[in-house]
Formats: sequence, C-alpha cells, structure tokens
Amino acid sequence: MSDTNTDTRTPLLEFRNINTHYGAVHILKDVNLAIYPGEMVSLLGGNASGKSTTLKTLLGMVTPTSGEVVLDGEVVNDKPTSYRVERGVTMVPENRRLFKRLSVKENLELGAYLRNDKAEIANDLERIYTMFPRVKERLNQKSGTLSGGEQQMVAMGRALMAKPRVLLMDEPSMGLAPALVQTNFELIQQIHEEGIAIFMVEQNANMALSLADRGWVLQTGRVVLDDTAENLLANPELQKSYLGGA
Amino acid sequence: MTATTVSNSGSANEPLSIDAVSKGAFDFDMRAALTSGLILALSLVFIALCGIPEGLNERLLIKPVLSLGYLSLLWLPLLFGWLSGNETVLEGMVATKKGARDIVRGLFVGLIGGLGLSLLTVLMDAFDLRDPLVNWSPATEEVLQFSRSIGFGVIAWPVLGAILGAFGAALHVMPEKIRKAVMAGLGTVLSFAIFATFIVDVADFLDDLLYARRGGLKWGWAIALFVIGAGASFLGGGRKISEMKSSYQAATGPAKRQQTTTLILLSLAALIIIPLITGKITQELFANIGIFLLLALGLNIVVGLAGILDLGYVAFFAVGGYTTAVLTSPNRGPDFEGFPTLPWWGALLVTIIIAGLVGLFIGAPVIRMRGDYLAIVTLGFGEIIRLLFLSDWLNGWFNGAQGITNVPPADFGFFSVKGTDPRSVFYLVLFFAAISIYVSWRLERSRLGRAWMAIREDESVAEAMGINTVNMKLMAFVVGAVLASFSGAIFAAKVGSIFPTSFLILVSVIILVVVIVGGMGNIMGIIVGSVVLIGVLGGPKQPGLLAEFSEYKLLIYGALLVVMMLKRPEGLVPNARRSRELHQDEFLQDAWLKGEVDTDDDMVDPSTGGEGTVAPA
Repeated sequence: MSDTNTDTRTPLLEFRNINTHYGAVHILKDVNLAIYPGEMVSLLGGNASGKSTTLKTLLGMVTPTSGEVVLDGEVVNDKPTSYRVERGVTMVPENRRLFKRLSVKENLELGAYLRNDKAEIANDLERIYTMFPRVKERLNQKSGTLSGGEQQMVAMGRALMAKPRVLLMDEPSMGLAPALVQTNFELIQQIHEEGIAIFMVEQNANMALSLADRGWVLQTGRVVLDDTAENLLANPELQKSYLGGA
Repeated sequence: MTATTVSNSGSANEPLSIDAVSKGAFDFDMRAALTSGLILALSLVFIALCGIPEGLNERLLIKPVLSLGYLSLLWLPLLFGWLSGNETVLEGMVATKKGARDIVRGLFVGLIGGLGLSLLTVLMDAFDLRDPLVNWSPATEEVLQFSRSIGFGVIAWPVLGAILGAFGAALHVMPEKIRKAVMAGLGTVLSFAIFATFIVDVADFLDDLLYARRGGLKWGWAIALFVIGAGASFLGGGRKISEMKSSYQAATGPAKRQQTTTLILLSLAALIIIPLITGKITQELFANIGIFLLLALGLNIVVGLAGILDLGYVAFFAVGGYTTAVLTSPNRGPDFEGFPTLPWWGALLVTIIIAGLVGLFIGAPVIRMRGDYLAIVTLGFGEIIRLLFLSDWLNGWFNGAQGITNVPPADFGFFSVKGTDPRSVFYLVLFFAAISIYVSWRLERSRLGRAWMAIREDESVAEAMGINTVNMKLMAFVVGAVLASFSGAIFAAKVGSIFPTSFLILVSVIILVVVIVGGMGNIMGIIVGSVVLIGVLGGPKQPGLLAEFSEYKLLIYGALLVVMMLKRPEGLVPNARRSRELHQDEFLQDAWLKGEVDTDDDMVDPSTGGEGTVAPA
C-alpha cells in the first residue's frame, strides 16, 4: 500500500499485488494501487508499460492471475464488469470510442444502461445538458459526425450517466488537438470538483501531475515510483524520462 | 435541339442556379464514352453467352415483335444511354445544357455496344467454341441473326443499339413531365408483358382481352397500355402519390402515429382481402414471400441489430422444419416408433423450445469469436446441422436422405393449413409475420435492442459500460433461431415433406441478400427486400414472378448485390441513420459548400477522420 498517503478511509478501488498475464506474457507484476473516494490520481507510463491492462483489470475485462482487486473493501476478482459498473466504476475509453452510428442521446442513455431509476436518469441527462450546452444542441445527431471536442464531451457525459464514483480515464488527451487538451483537463477538473474520484492514465505527465493529488509511474508492468504529484513533478528521474526537462 | 435545363438526377437537391452553357454536339469526352460503350459490349456478349436470349426467346412479351430473350439484351443499351447522360454537376461549377450532345453520346455508346454483338455474330459463324462455351450454339446464333442472315444481324445490332442508346440519352433532354410519362408508359407495358401470369391470375378476364393465345401482349394493346400509363403520369397520377408520401414524412407526433396506424391497418386489410380474389399462383407467391420474410426478419435481428454476421442461418430453419415434421408425421424415423404424433400447434411449441436450445448450443461457442472468424464458423455450423439430418447416425430419427414425408396439414379445427391451399398457408404466415414484425419493432426500441446496437457499434466499449456482451449476443442468436423456426414449422406443413436438400447453404445466402438489399436493420427494408427478391426473382427453389429467369436467378442475385453495394449500400429502403453514414462524405461536402460547417471549431479529430475506423485498443 501506498505509504505516501495519509488517508485513513478505506480505498474505493484497490489493487493488492496484482499479476496479470496474456497467455504466457507477464503484463502486470505485483502492482499495488489504491484510489480513495474523491481524489484525483494519475498513472503514468510509456507505451506497453501496462497502463491499459491496469484499467481493464480494474474494470474486470481482464482477470488477474494472482492478487486481489478490491472494491469498497470487497474482493471482486470474479465479479463481472457489470457488477463494478453498477457500483460506480466507469471508464472513459481511449479515443472516446463513441457508438458512432447512434445518436448523441442514445450514447448518453447507453451510459445509464445498468440503471433503472428513470426519474434520476432524466435528472442526470438535464445535468449533463447544463454542463455541456453544445451536447444538447446535437442530441439527435449521429455522434460520429461531431467534432473532436464535442465527442469528448459526449464521452464524458456518457460516463457520467453511469453515476460513477470513480472515473477511469484512458489517455484523455490522446488524439485531441493541442488547443483542446487544456479544455479537456479543465473538464476533468470540473467533474472532479463534483466529488467524483478520477483515475487518469496519461502519457502527458506534466498536465496530469499538475492536476492530480498522487501518481504512480509504471514501467514494463511494475510500479517504479509511487508518490505525491508534487514530489513526482520534482523527481529528477521522472523529469528526464517523461517530462522532457532537466 | 432546344434544351431545357434539367437537373441531372431530378432529385430535390437542384444545383445552385448558375446558367448552364451549351456545347457542340460532338464536344464530349470521347474516351469515357468509348469505355462505357465497351463495357456495354462486354455485358451484352456476356448475357448472350450465358444463353439468356436464346433460353427466353420462346417467351413472347409483345406478340410478334419482342420476346423476353431479346429484352434481356435490349434493355442494356437503353440503360447505358441514360447513364452516359448522367454528368456530375459540381456545385458552383458551370453545368452543361442537356442537348444534342447527350443524344450523340448515347448513340455512340449504344453503337459500340451493338458492334460487340455484331462481332459475336460473326465469330459464332466462323468458329466453333462450343466446347468451353455451352451456349456457343446454333440456337444462340439464330437469335443473334434474328433468324435471318449473318448480314442482317451484323447490321441490326449496332443500329438497334444506337437507337436505344440515343433514346436512353434523350430521356435527359425531354422536359421532366414528358420523361416521366414515357417511363410510366414503358413501365406499364413491360409490367403487363412480363408479369402476364400474375396478372391473369389476379384477373383472369384480362387473359383473352390483352394477351395473344400463345403468350405475349397483343401489339394493339401494348400501344394502348403505353398510352394509358403515359397519360396517367402526364395528368399527374404520380404527383398525388408523392404528395401523400411527403405529407406523411412531414407529419410528426400524434398525427404521424395516427397515419401510421391507418397505414398498417389498411395494408393488413389489403393483405387479407387480396388472396381471396386472386388465383393460386398469387397466393403461392404471397406464401413464399411470407416464409422468407419470417426468415429475413429473424436474420435481421442477428445481423442488422446485433451485428453478428451469421452465414449459417438456414440451420434454424432446418431445425424448425425437422422438429415439426418429426413430431407430426407418422413417417418419421423408426426410433420414434410409439411416440404419439402431435397436432401442428402442439409441435410448434416444442419446435420453439428446441430451436431456442439449438440457438444456445450453436451460439455458445460461436459468440466468443468476432468478425470474419465468427462468420466462417457459422457457415460451418449451418452445414453441420444439415449433414446431421442427412447422416446415417441420426437415420433412425430423420430418415437421412429420404427425409420425412406425409407431414400432415396444420389443423386448427375451423381452419386447416396445407400446401394444396396456398391461401391458408399465406394467412398462417401473415399471422406469424405480424408477430415477428411487432416483436422486431419492440425489440429495436427496447433496452435489449439498445444493448445489441451498442455491441454492433463497439463491442469492447459496450462491455466496459456493463453490458453483458456474451449474454446479449446469445440472446440475439436465440431470438433469431426462434423466428426462423416459425418459418420452418410453416414450411413443413406447407410442403408436406422435409428433406435435407431443402436446407442448402444457398438458403442462408439468399436470406442474407434479402436483408442486405432490403436495408439492414430496417424492418420496412426487410419487407421490401423480401417482396422484390423472393416475389420477383424467387427463393432458392420457389419460383417468383420472373419464373423464366429461375435458371439465372443466382446470376441476377449476384449482379444485384454488386450493383447495390456500389450504388446504394444502405439498401432499397435505407435506415436514415445508416444512409447518412454511408454517404457522409457527400453530406459533409454539401454542408461545407453551403457554409453550414463551423470552422471556428478545433481540428478534426483523427479518430473520426476515416469513417468506420476502429480506434486501436
């Protein structure tokens, strides 16, 4: 467990000595992570370091070979994705991946797929419209025809419709125009301020760490650094390998 | 020739009004015209060598002048002539006035095409290639020579080609109203001539009136029908219909709902009444359309909604047919000795359960695969099921190749459904089709339908949203299987016997073509697809309206599929959404030209730049 963290609450989502294999290939090696309610944390790492596998394991799309995935203190290794989504774990996939041929509205509604509380869903839809007025204008448009920025909003809206307690964001700035990256991070900040925990997997380490409370650095499937964001930003080794500074 | 400005397609999107310019009669792209002429020539030679003109020469359309055989060649120069006049008019560019130039070009294209047939006529006389080409025969030669002489044929084909090509192109030059009238007139004559059996079956008093004794419209009547058709169109018959259509499309909310209900009730009433007044041929046709419609609706759920490309769908049709046959016929396999036979509706209940179970059983291993792999595995399962029915191993149940005969009619007490009474079959099919359409319609709008569409769009993301993709896909498979089993059960009662050869892979292919050509994921499209393909061309073994073409059915199916994929990939009745996607480039270009696209926005997102690209995982 993270020793840089002074929080005494139970973590919302936790990895305990997770090992994951794809066939014979060992992807995650004894990974320990803990995400506490309402915080913003960031997982950094280069290509093929195991970032996406971490997300898939958290969400239950990949089953770890050993170790425990813990959700609200309960080991959920053998629970399906739907179980975790119902309990507030939601992912915003890399490159947004909207259902392109479905309308914006249908995309949003699919975000609430596992919820049955109709009135609440309608409420949440309204909330998303106020949050993203652009989205409201395009409700009946096919989501694949939106601009990159609008798609990002729909992707976020879709995730929020699941009523998440923690949002797993896979490379939110990937594939976005430079001007949009900043707006996008502001959006994430805004969602975070509503009390939703954010677990951000990023290559854009500078931006990610400037927002996050804590961070981990993953290298070929192993956590090599685990510290507060400030310390990580100041870490000379990280500076050299990720932040391009000296 | 004085030319009026006619928009090239007559569609609602008239080009921006920039004055069109006239060009000289020979000022056209000679190379393009030559290419198009050569393609026409090749197509004509191909059709001739397929033996279609010779095979269909006996079937007269208009008493002394035109047989279906000649029509199979002559429609092409007309089409190519028309197509040659289709010039893309770019927005903002100067359009060319339609005029003599188009007619000359059409004539040129038709002439080249005709020369192709002249060449074939000469070659046929000079060489004997009958060994590789079966239809390189004296009979074909005779047709190509118009039963006269080589010289006549050699001259007649280019002349005919040129005339028809010029006529096709001239359609562009005519004012729209006249063009529509000509088309309507031609359409009327040809429909009456080609669908003669059907028309006589519906109203047999027309037989002696319109048609000559040994087939073919009397030529006087042919002219009269042309005048009637053209006149009706000229006086605005077509406009009423299109007005009604656009008012229906414009309606919204409760008004639309009401109109839709009326429309459904009217069509239902028509479908109930029509078989009462028509003869057996029509009833049989309707029954066949219905049986394939049921299959297509089921496959549409699997392919159109859930996006699972199932190439072995015939398996469930077979399971439905065999289960019903085994349960109802006394002539089933010896292993069922002493097992009581059930009435049809009792057997249907068991059939539904068995089909659902088989759907689960086949689906479970298949569903874990994706894309091409899945398609190939389903193809395999489709054959495995048929081979099981054929096998010695299960001979004791299904009688192997001898099949199960003596399947009794479906008896409902007041109403008995048997093959000799196609009307009863049709009513039964209509009942199940209505159920299937309703179920499909509800499913499409349900939570389940949503989940299917999400899976079709992006399976991994659907999974990440908590959709149980494996269960949902299995569900699609099972629903599809059950719908197909309805069809199989009716088929068993209709045909009265069930053989493994009724369930060839061809059935799967044809149903898939119906779904694709009609319009995937769209119930109305599926209905239109079934009517057009099964009704006009016919099913795998069932004759359609064009019974004469049954030998070339697969050729036509194939050609149709290719043309549809090129020209109208969204199907005959497109799903609005899918159509937008497939023609997105055009929409975007139009929008850009009209300044509807905001350019204040960010750069285009690379992941949506190429449509249908899958983002790397």
